[in-house]
Amino acid sequence: MNEIEQQAAVTPADRPIIEVKSMHKWYGDFHVLSDINLHVQLGERIVICGPSGSGKSTLIRCINRLEEHKRGQIIVNGTELTNDIKNIEKVRAEVGMVFQHFNLFPHLSIIDNLTLGPIWVRKTPKKEADEMAMMFLEKVHIAEQAKKFPGQLSGGQQQRVAIARSLCMKPKVMLFDEPTSALDPEMIKEVLDVMIDLAEEGMTMLVVTHEMGFAKSVADRVMFMDEGQIVEQNTPHVFFENPQHERTKLFLSQIL
Amino acid sequence: MTNPPVSSREYLKPPITEVGVIGWLRGNLFNSWYNSLLTVVVLILLWQLVPPFFRWAFIDSVWNTPAEACRDIDGACWSIIPRNISFILFGFFPDGEQWRPGLAMALMLGLVIFSRNRKHWKKSLGIYWSIGLIAMGTLMYGGVFGMQVVETARWSGLPLTFMLALFGMVAAYPLGVFLALGRQSRMPAIKTLCVVYIEMIRGVPLISLLFMSSVMFPLFLPEGVTIDKVLRAQVAIILFTAAYIAEVVRGGLQAMPRGQFEAADSIGLNYNQTMRLIILPQALKIVIPPSVGILLSAFKDTSLVVIIALYDVLKTTKVTLSNPKWTGYSTEAYIFLAVLYFICCYAMSNYSRKLEKELHTGR
Ligand SMILES: Nc1ncnc2c1ncn2[C@@H]1O[C@H](COP(=O)(O)OP(=O)(O)O)[C@@H](O)[C@H]1O
Ligand SMILES: [Mg+2]
Repeated sequence: MNEIEQQAAVTPADRPIIEVKSMHKWYGDFHVLSDINLHVQLGERIVICGPSGSGKSTLIRCINRLEEHKRGQIIVNGTELTNDIKNIEKVRAEVGMVFQHFNLFPHLSIIDNLTLGPIWVRKTPKKEADEMAMMFLEKVHIAEQAKKFPGQLSGGQQQRVAIARSLCMKPKVMLFDEPTSALDPEMIKEVLDVMIDLAEEGMTMLVVTHEMGFAKSVADRVMFMDEGQIVEQNTPHVFFENPQHERTKLFLSQIL
Repeated sequence: MTNPPVSSREYLKPPITEVGVIGWLRGNLFNSWYNSLLTVVVLILLWQLVPPFFRWAFIDSVWNTPAEACRDIDGACWSIIPRNISFILFGFFPDGEQWRPGLAMALMLGLVIFSRNRKHWKKSLGIYWSIGLIAMGTLMYGGVFGMQVVETARWSGLPLTFMLALFGMVAAYPLGVFLALGRQSRMPAIKTLCVVYIEMIRGVPLISLLFMSSVMFPLFLPEGVTIDKVLRAQVAIILFTAAYIAEVVRGGLQAMPRGQFEAADSIGLNYNQTMRLIILPQALKIVIPPSVGILLSAFKDTSLVVIIALYDVLKTTKVTLSNPKWTGYSTEAYIFLAVLYFICCYAMSNYSRKLEKELHTGR
């Protein structure tokens, strides 16, 4: 990572693409997220790590309103997330999400999985959507599988299709929730490679992952969460070489 | 060190006792002492039952004779069917006009067969059905092109059975899907309404619904307004079947993983799109077997309309049997009916299995 990018990450020049301000969330009585503040600039790559149950998934799921926050503000691309369904749909169309278990639509062929969003949400003509889908399938190196169904693909292939499906919506931000943790070891690399390509093209990414190699080589910022709080965030270099908090040190010693 | 080349691997045939007829017999009929015993018992039973039945049904039987010729034979008197076929099939439909229900049924059958092919599931199919329905209605009711008017009260026999069953199923299915979606709704009013409806209908037998539609319902109508009896029975069957379909579909909806909803949300699909494009296609596929079960019972339950004095094919057969000339040949008549019902039901369940296979996408 170079100087300029680091600067951009630390001193926001214009309005951030994602602003989370004093956000809280409860599940029943359980205070799962506490006072979350997060600003993400366009083009920034952020890796979120932390122990299981610390609220990483909940945080990124709040950003496209798969979960509803209870206090504070979340503003994505200038649109605040409230109960207004129109706003929610607007935000979701701008934010792509990749899940741990892929969540492809098993009854649709690969190409139909990809064109569904463009056709129904963006109202793209079918022919155009098909062409775009093929382009993205080529990008994730899986174009020859376009006519197959998800159940006929390996986990790694399915996850790459899932990434392509999100990309077809031309999102401004991509969220990844442990995209490689349901994969067999030999398939992790093929998915990470696709994500690295994406990062190099300047996609804004929030990635929950325990792949620290990915964090070191790609992230502008690494965030550590514990017990529903952002404990520490820093450039990967500082984060890994010189962690500030005891909890971070403990966590790093466990996973590295 | 070098590994031996792969081609040196030998592929042997399995031992002769494991394959072919002998292998199949051993594996399926005589693979344990109790299976062998069962096989022997079943064979003896078949030997005792099948030849006499065969003799009765096919050798000593008569096929198309006057009733008198049946008096002094030991076999089946199948003559009851061909000699009464027009009444069994068409009931009280006027004699010279029975080509009309016949043609209407042929039309319906043609449309059903045409609709079996999934490639035909397009907008045009709806248009064909609309045209077909209008044509069928016109044929049955008449009043145009010089056809004599035949009131619905005289519609009977197989056309009535088919009509009640087909429209019952076709209308009940979507209604059931809406009820299931309503029951899952976040809006309390809609949810409660659906729950109350479903549970109330499931709490009463179809017979009582038919009674209500034919006896009680007219009492609530204003003076002078009448609603056709066949239509009322049809509505009762639809409402009844829909409640059962709704519960089956709800099961399918609950079986859908949350991830599917989330994936649909995350690409920005709205509720209607999510349901129509993602959830229902999968959920309805899961519930094909139980739905077909319900549709089959709905088909067979149409015979309950006898209790409100409609003459379906079961009732017309019974009327035939009450003719002194033909009393005593009920076995033959009921076997004929059973075969008729079986063909329809078997075709339905066979088709559902084919559909399931076609919709299977590996997983
Ligand atoms: N729908 C839910 N209802 C109640 N508790 C939940 C729900 N989802 C998650 N939790 C709890 O919230 C905490 C944070 O969950 P999560 O965000 O999934 O953590 P992480 O992704 O960091 O492992 C966990 O303790 C989990 O048990
Ligand atoms: Mg998680």
